[in-house]
Amino acid sequence: MTIDAAEATSGSPRPVSGRGRGVRPTRGYRVFQAVNAVVLTAVVVVTLYPFVNVVARSLSDEGYIIAGQVNLVPRGFNLDTYRLVLADSMFWTNYRNTVVYTVVATVISIVLTTCYAYVLSKKHLRGRTALVGIAVFTMFFSGGLIPNYVLVTSLGMKNTIWAIAVPNAINVFNLLVMKAFFESLPDELEEAAAVDGLNTYGILLRIVLPLSKAIVATMVLFYAVAFWNSWFAAFLYLDRQDLWPVTIYLRNLIAGATGAENVGAIAEADEVQAEATLKSVTIVLTTLPILLVYPFVQRYFVRGVMLGAVKG
Amino acid sequence: MTSTLRPPPPAPPGASAQARSPVPRSPRRRRSWRQALRRDWQLYSLAVLPLLFFLVFRYLPMIGNVIAFRRFKPSGSIFGEYWVGLRYFRMFFTDPTFWDVFTNTLLLGTLTLLFCFPLPIVLALLLNEVRTRRLKQFVQSVSYLPHFLSIVIVAAMVMQLTSIDGTVNQLVQATGGEAVPFLQRAEWFRTIYVSSEVWQTVGWGTILYLAALTTVDADLYEAARIDGASRWRQTWHVTLPGIRPTMVTLLILNIGTFMAVGFEKILLLYNPLTYPTADVLSTYLFRMGFGSSNFSYAAAIGLFEAVIGLVLVLTANLIARRTVGTSLS
Repeated sequence: MTIDAAEATSGSPRPVSGRGRGVRPTRGYRVFQAVNAVVLTAVVVVTLYPFVNVVARSLSDEGYIIAGQVNLVPRGFNLDTYRLVLADSMFWTNYRNTVVYTVVATVISIVLTTCYAYVLSKKHLRGRTALVGIAVFTMFFSGGLIPNYVLVTSLGMKNTIWAIAVPNAINVFNLLVMKAFFESLPDELEEAAAVDGLNTYGILLRIVLPLSKAIVATMVLFYAVAFWNSWFAAFLYLDRQDLWPVTIYLRNLIAGATGAENVGAIAEADEVQAEATLKSVTIVLTTLPILLVYPFVQRYFVRGVMLGAVKG
Repeated sequence: MTSTLRPPPPAPPGASAQARSPVPRSPRRRRSWRQALRRDWQLYSLAVLPLLFFLVFRYLPMIGNVIAFRRFKPSGSIFGEYWVGLRYFRMFFTDPTFWDVFTNTLLLGTLTLLFCFPLPIVLALLLNEVRTRRLKQFVQSVSYLPHFLSIVIVAAMVMQLTSIDGTVNQLVQATGGEAVPFLQRAEWFRTIYVSSEVWQTVGWGTILYLAALTTVDADLYEAARIDGASRWRQTWHVTLPGIRPTMVTLLILNIGTFMAVGFEKILLLYNPLTYPTADVLSTYLFRMGFGSSNFSYAAAIGLFEAVIGLVLVLTANLIARRTVGTSLS
């Protein structure tokens, strides 16, 4: 679902956009349409080209890459480098770490965000403004890198999963999106449930959350993508190779000479043989999961952003 | 500050009513804390863990910035050992490197703003003129895609495209030029940085504008057309004013990230050869802190950066409220 569908579900009448404005298209307008089509095609091509290029390189022979002959189509087609990377146990360890970190961090984030958003959505609650303010202020002012590092280190979180999962548990934008959603639910339902003897926890778990599946799914995706893609926290707090997520694996590959020492055995053994292909293969393998789920989840992201914008 | 973004008028009736008028002061709100606690203790209990999170991981580091004014030992207290006053601030104000990176920060921030703020508006307007819905959706889906990639992947792609054997250099050579190791050249860094930023953000940035465009009143177009306004003038006098609240809000939010320009991406893409144009406050303090273990000095720079960022956002917000009547909160 993209914008059009979202707007259709929101029930507003189909407004007149560009297409309906003129009674009869003038010549100038037809020229504009043609130019517009060219520009948008260019946007699509430019957006997709890096993906195509990286896939082509990953399937090519190293020699053709170094000679600068690989663009759209692989040359000297082979899967050797894929076999090489997939045979590297460190790659799999790091990939598994990424999955574990993403799952754990997302669960923590969802629980904390849901609880706080639900509390903030209660208009009658005393001190609500202050509670909202505490969260929103952190969007515009943050403690900064050094104090955060000192704090996480002194809490003993270095080289643990908690350094990844906890310090970024609540994203205030997501929090406000969720709060807006909870505010849009009718009060009567919860009041009725309270009359039936459910306490606050029961109302949240049995009434509110079942009605909020869509927004929770959106939030899960927002957080999961953010944690899946994150690298800096791991770079800062994790010193051991077997703890790294796959983003750090890739980062060390591309970091060039200085980083190459840190990479697994494969970079050392095959440095000369396949460095350029190696990078491309790793890029493809780390991007693949995102590309595979993207067509199915994209609409949830769009919905989430719009919810935050229009109602937040 | 209860709302991130003001709804573009006319918003759905329920939403605008909620966002615009504060909850009227009912007798309920004036009840004492004790009554509130007795009644709502379960709700408050749900807020305990999140509050703890904000206090420990957001507000404690803010207080932790006192190490900018204190001597700090890595194994000592997280708040430092003893006061040294403004010593570290004096240090960086007299440090020529600091002024270089400060200039770089402003330049990169401005360039990013100049390109990454207006281009999504242009793309949204172009998309809005597409008559084939299928095509529109396809372009949208494709252009959102880069937003979902890790910065590491984007940096890796940039490196490949701009490397000696990459596509960009092949184009250069095909047109008779010499291959350039772009990422080793300081004069190319800003171009590379801003282009990759545009590549990653422009599509996703259209979402809110496209949503706002659908709310522009159809009667206004009708009236403009009767008055003989061309399509271009309709866009200028009806469409753009219609999405102005969204533009202002996003501009303010963009200004909020002005000082922190692309720290992670720069960290991945720069190298000592490109420091003259690529090094910004955040990367400089990163090297000071973790390269030279000078935590207090780095914290002082970080505090300076954060305060300027806050002042920028508040100023932009104030100006927006005074001049166009749109602002955050």
